[in-house]
Order: sequence, then C-alpha cells, then structure tokens
Amino acid sequence: MDSVTLIAMASIVTAGLTIAIGGIGPALGEGRAVSTALSSLAQQPDASTTITRTLFVGLAMIESIAIYCFVVSMILIFANPFWDHVIAQAVAK
Amino acid sequence: MRLSSDALILWQHGFFKLNVTIVTTWVLMLVMVVGAKLATRNLEHRVDVSRWQSLLEVIVVTIRNQIAEVGLKHPEKYLGFLGTLFLFIALSNICTVFPGYEPPTGSLSTTAALALSVFIAVPLFGIAESGLGAYLRSYTRPTFIMLPFNIISELSRTLALAIRLFGNIMSGAMILAILLTITPFIFPIVMTLLGLLTGMVQAYIFSILATVYIAAATRAREEALD
Repeated sequence: MDSVTLIAMASIVTAGLTIAIGGIGPALGEGRAVSTALSSLAQQPDASTTITRTLFVGLAMIESIAIYCFVVSMILIFANPFWDHVIAQAVAK
Repeated sequence: MRLSSDALILWQHGFFKLNVTIVTTWVLMLVMVVGAKLATRNLEHRVDVSRWQSLLEVIVVTIRNQIAEVGLKHPEKYLGFLGTLFLFIALSNICTVFPGYEPPTGSLSTTAALALSVFIAVPLFGIAESGLGAYLRSYTRPTFIMLPFNIISELSRTLALAIRLFGNIMSGAMILAILLTITPFIFPIVMTLLGLLTGMVQAYIFSILATVYIAAATRAREEALD
C-alpha cells in the first residue's frame, strides 16, 4: 500500500471517527445541563433570566468541544497538509 | 471546497492581498459607522424621539444592563469594547440573509483577531482597575502553584473563543453548501434559519464570555483586599 492510499485512508477514517465519537460527550453533557436548568426554572421561575443566561453560556462552552472535533475533522478532509504534501510529491514524479 | 472566503483574492500588489474577508469586514465597518453617525446626528432628550434613536437606545441600554448583571461595577467603561464586539459579530452573522454574502466571522483570521483583541483587553482593563501589582498577583491566587495553570487557561480561553466562533459560523455555511447539492428545496432554508439563530447566539456568547473574563480580571483588587 503506497503512501497516497495510506494517508487518504487514515484521514478519511479518522475524520469520521473524530466527529462521531466527539459528538457523544457534548450531546450527553448538554442534555444534562438543559434538564437541570429546566428543573431549577420550575423551582424558581423569577430567576429565569439569570438561569437562562447561565444555561446559554454553559451550553456554548460544552458545544465548543464538539466544535473542536468538527474543526479537526474538516481539517483532515479539506486542509490536510499530509495529503497536499503527498499529492505534490506524486505530481512531481 | 474551500473552508473560508480567505482564498478569494480580489486585488493584490506585491505581497499585499485584499481577499473577500477583508473587504466584507470593511463594508460592515462602514455600514456600522455610517449608520451610527446618521442615527445620532440630532440626539434629543424628549419622550417621543425618532425611531432610530429609540432603537439605538434599546440596544445600548440592553448591552449596558447585561454587562452590569455579570458583575462589572461601571459598565460605561467597558460598553464601547464589549458592545462593538457584540454588534460587529451580530451584524456580520445576520447579513447571511443576503445571497452571495460570506460572513467574515467564518474565517479563522477574523475570529482570531477578535479573540486576540479580547486577550489584550482583559489585562488592560484589569490593570486599569486594580493596578499592575495586584493584577499580576491575581495569577498566583489561590496558591502559587496555580501560576502556570492560570497562564495556560488565559491562552486556551482565547483559542477557544476564536475556534468556537469560527467553527459555528463555518459549519453553518458548509452544511448549507452541502445540502444545496443534495436537497435543494425546503431543507436548506431550515438550515439557514438555524444558522442565523446560531450566529446571534454565538455573538451573544462571545461578548458575554469577554465580559466574564474582564469581570474576573477586574475582581483582582477585591480579592487582594480580603
């Protein structure tokens, strides 16, 4: 198996696995955050602006983990330096 | 498929390149400055002011109250910086309704620049509030061992700000582009709506996080007094 095939295979498989596994944790975390926020909203409705704002900020922080995984996946597919290098080598031959 | 509009070069002279991201940013800046200038031409102290002045008042007062709610004592000092952050990111994300427009926040260069400006502003505001010694000593709270971790957390917060905004906006645009090649009727419109909502939420998140970081930095003096 030459290096072009190997790099292509590794990039594609890793990109898929990154976003698939990387989306599990943030999804579970966001579910728990929203459920806790809902129950505390039910307990104290007059603190709703504070709770809502804190919820959104917390969700954005949790979401960033999924975003990191997505960015790595996109880099592997579209801006892969190893792929560019190996293609440049193959073109030069 | 390109990740951002950085690759579209409109004009270049030597090594100085103008790409679509920079031109769009300048157009947005022009729109904001001209709009603000026109709306504040004749500021009046009446009950029934013009519509644009009311709109600006609502925006400014809301941002000011948000900053005060986070815990900053004199919101007027930080209103310029934080308000501009929010308004620029919100405007650049909401203009996605125009066809053919690519948000400059979908490019890592713009979001890195915004995150860098927050990275520089936080110590500046902290030192202006508490003085250089108290601010630097706040890095050694609660114990001296936390010093490297506090420094690392400063850097990673900045990186997270940049990548969060870039990832959200870029993924919205990319999902739209991919969907348009697969199901070109109703579903891309739904995704555009989601992209607009995400854009506004991310603008809010960016400025609220910047506010929280500044609040943490300016609290250094009160902690030193305890």
